[in-house]
Amino acid sequence: MKENQKGVLEGKYKLSGNQACAEGAISAGCRFLGYHPITPSFEIVERYAQRCGDVDGVLIQMEDEISVLAAVLGASWTGRKAITVTSGPGLSLMLEHVGLGVMLETPCVIVDVQRGGPSEGLPNSPGSGDVMQARWGSHGDYELIALSPNSPQDMFDLTIEAFNFSEKYRTPVLIMADEAVGHMTDEVVISPPELVERKYYRGPKEKYLPYKWDKDLIPPMVDIGQGYKFHVTGLTHDERGYPVMDEYCQEWNVHRLIDKIRLYSDEIVRIEEEETEDADVVVVSYGISSQDAQNAVKRAREDGIKAGSLRLVTIWPFPEKQVTELARKVKTLIVAEMNYGQIFYEVERCSRGSANTVLISRQPSQVHHHEDILEAIKKV
Amino acid sequence: MEASKTLTIEKEQRHPMDELLRMDRIPHIWCPGCGIGAAVSAFAAALEKLEFDLDKVCVVSGIGCTGRVAGYIKLDSFHTTHGRAIPFATGIKLGNPDLKVVVFSGDGDLVSIGGNHFIHAARRNIDMVVICVNNFIYAMTGGQVAPTTPIPAYTTTSPFGNFEPPSNIPRLAEAAGAVYVARWTALHLRRLTESIVEAFQRPGFSVVEVISPCSMYYSRINKLGEGIDMLRFYHDNAIIRHGEPTENLDIDYQKQIIIGRFVDRERPTFMDSYRKWLSGAESISKEKVDEKN
Repeated sequence: MKENQKGVLEGKYKLSGNQACAEGAISAGCRFLGYHPITPSFEIVERYAQRCGDVDGVLIQMEDEISVLAAVLGASWTGRKAITVTSGPGLSLMLEHVGLGVMLETPCVIVDVQRGGPSEGLPNSPGSGDVMQARWGSHGDYELIALSPNSPQDMFDLTIEAFNFSEKYRTPVLIMADEAVGHMTDEVVISPPELVERKYYRGPKEKYLPYKWDKDLIPPMVDIGQGYKFHVTGLTHDERGYPVMDEYCQEWNVHRLIDKIRLYSDEIVRIEEEETEDADVVVVSYGISSQDAQNAVKRAREDGIKAGSLRLVTIWPFPEKQVTELARKVKTLIVAEMNYGQIFYEVERCSRGSANTVLISRQPSQVHHHEDILEAIKKV
Repeated sequence: MEASKTLTIEKEQRHPMDELLRMDRIPHIWCPGCGIGAAVSAFAAALEKLEFDLDKVCVVSGIGCTGRVAGYIKLDSFHTTHGRAIPFATGIKLGNPDLKVVVFSGDGDLVSIGGNHFIHAARRNIDMVVICVNNFIYAMTGGQVAPTTPIPAYTTTSPFGNFEPPSNIPRLAEAAGAVYVARWTALHLRRLTESIVEAFQRPGFSVVEVISPCSMYYSRINKLGEGIDMLRFYHDNAIIRHGEPTENLDIDYQKQIIIGRFVDRERPTFMDSYRKWLSGAESISKEKVDEKN
């Protein structure tokens, strides 16, 4: 992949979260960006467009978000790492192809810089109302991976991680950012990343079966144009990639699609715990809210309250084990998120009645102020 | 000596199209009298004439009866979502411009649910061949009215006759910017094959419409006989008029069908223009990044 690193930056830069995301994609070797303009994600495209010439990238503005993700999936099958960036309304349109991406097992990254909803909502304000849509929005049963950055550096790092996950598990990976993180500017350290490259099939051409998986449950891939003459379909298929319309094949197909993420959740899930060892109350948060949560916990500690913070870097698969263990240790879990309760219900489910659960929700007009969280900590 | 004789016979017995078809998937799902198989034959014959490196040809289909074509052709082939074959193929073409990309789908898929993608791919002049099998009906789902159903044909969802004006596919393609537009029927195989060859040879967005009998729904509901009767109708009523202005290409119910090659022009393709833009784009090299501390 050495030649792919031509034009990749190195060093310290002042970047917004969105710009950092574009640089992350470039560092990860992403050479295809499909998009349809939407606020507040557009700086990612602007940056990528400026950098396209440096890295021989392909950039295309499609007619809508439905076609964007279709094009991204097509490009991914040519061997290019591919990304798209959007916000809530765009993600709604993309969900059709999130399903196709899962079914065809196509690596790609979708960045959702979340804003207020429903519908057009508040385009210029942060939100986290899309996290359940990301998980359940496409029809049928599936698992995917979603990460939640909370700073420009995180936007850079998690974009690279998202590409690594998508290549390793052959699945669409979502970056559930928000407007605040996207537009926040900070110093970003760009260093040569460790990249996971696609697992390719190396056997005889006539014996290639697109969905014959290895022991790790992931089938090796091939690119279009290499002479394998393979067929893949969004219909329930067998290992040849041919449609088979029966329940047995459906089970064979879908169960593994789910297992290949679920069984690896220990490897995928990443959390950040602060001061949770002796805590009575722990604030669970993700995205921009986690910065306020961490500040509020610091303040509470200064006041002598045994508070801690759990930041979910991975949202999907949900850090179930970690939340369940924590719930056994603490009295109360406060969930701080920019919606009326989405991850809250996951936390409530995973705490299995061991801890009280409290929701601090704030609508998009304002990011969580750490005062609100502090007040909640004091109250419980 | 004996062995080589057997081999020769086996070779002779093989159908020339076997190499291009997934014989392990035959029999196919298409009904007796359907015209899609004829369109596939013409496509295979065209590929043979073109002598392409078949490793570099990729077929993308949407959903529907014609959407199943991708599954029977022994090339890198994708059966995608309803109406989205063109954007999927766009990603493939841009991802690897060396590939020859073909979209093989039906009228409902390409003109109704995928209508916007059709227009914009033609406008951008993405280098691909679109083969649109037009059977005037949504057949896979049970014979519903389509954006191409002539007035006043019956379908399962227009039990008193269709009243919506149908789309004129060649006119839509021309207006949106396609460089090559032709229409044939499932009867005109030799000319259809020639048109597919030409469509491949033109850089840019080429559209070949194939009027096809749907013996299971369209002709049965409208009491037009079987597939063979539809072909007879094409024989008696299709008129070849190359270069006919596309505005004259509306198809009325059981009246004449004008066929031929209507548009053949040159426009820069998306990739040509993109490369030009990219080579002229002011690049931010490592030295030029002003944000650097």
